[in-house]
Amino acid sequence: MTQVSNSVKVSTLIDARGPRFGAAITTVVLAAALATNNVWFIVAQAIVFAVGAFKGPQFTPYAFIYKTLVKPRLKNEFEKEDVRPPQFAQSVGLLFALVAIAGATSGLNLLFSIAVAGALGAAFLNAAFKFCLGCEIYLLLLRARSK
Amino acid sequence: MESLLPIVIVLALASAYGLWHKRTRGKIVVKSDKGLITAGMIGSELGSRATLLQFSSAFCGPCRSTRLLIEDVTADMVDVAHVEVDAEANLELVRTLDIRSTPTTLFLDSAGHEVGRAVGAPKRDQVVKAIAAIA
Repeated sequence: MTQVSNSVKVSTLIDARGPRFGAAITTVVLAAALATNNVWFIVAQAIVFAVGAFKGPQFTPYAFIYKTLVKPRLKNEFEKEDVRPPQFAQSVGLLFALVAIAGATSGLNLLFSIAVAGALGAAFLNAAFKFCLGCEIYLLLLRARSK
Repeated sequence: MESLLPIVIVLALASAYGLWHKRTRGKIVVKSDKGLITAGMIGSELGSRATLLQFSSAFCGPCRSTRLLIEDVTADMVDVAHVEVDAEANLELVRTLDIRSTPTTLFLDSAGHEVGRAVGAPKRDQVVKAIAAIA
């Protein structure tokens, strides 16, 4: 008999529109980085990703902008979301940003561009299509690791 | 500003993937090979008519909305069971049933045969229709 745990614990719930707004700003910052090849855009974005990954996506500067400027202007009822999926996405973003920084500082410009392009694609998918990175890759990572 | 071409390429590829993703996710695909799932495999009794077996994970946003939707649809159906399984804690079962992403919901008949599968969050009317199709 397989041991089955039937409930997935729910942690903190946040306004689902916050991380999506953050993904839109992230898209712009990463696009600027890719167009200019300027590593400082990525350093700034890496700090934001780190806050999102370690403290939570509701504590990033982008979330602050959302809370103070955007949310008060929205009238619709908001959709609640578990904080862990966007937090996972921030961690993956941080990983890509660190690879990009490593590429830039070691003179591997192609590595920088590929890492930034990957992060840009994911951030854009999240902002435009509500793409859930954790849904698509987390289980595949687990399956690959424990094979 | 060196070049905008890389941005255009990335956004075009991501858009194409996003549109394909949006079109295919949540669609209930009818299965014909009818794999058998027993109560022992999922650690929970099957419904007397049908069972909706939902695989979820911690880093999955639409898992929560899928759970709420299925609970709502099946609330008044005593012969339909909704079983939610944490994919991470049941990797063996995940491999056996080839679950690749979450949420994935399997539609089982009374005997435990898989008759349909939705990868991604399904739509309400499709869930209602799929349950009705299980005699």
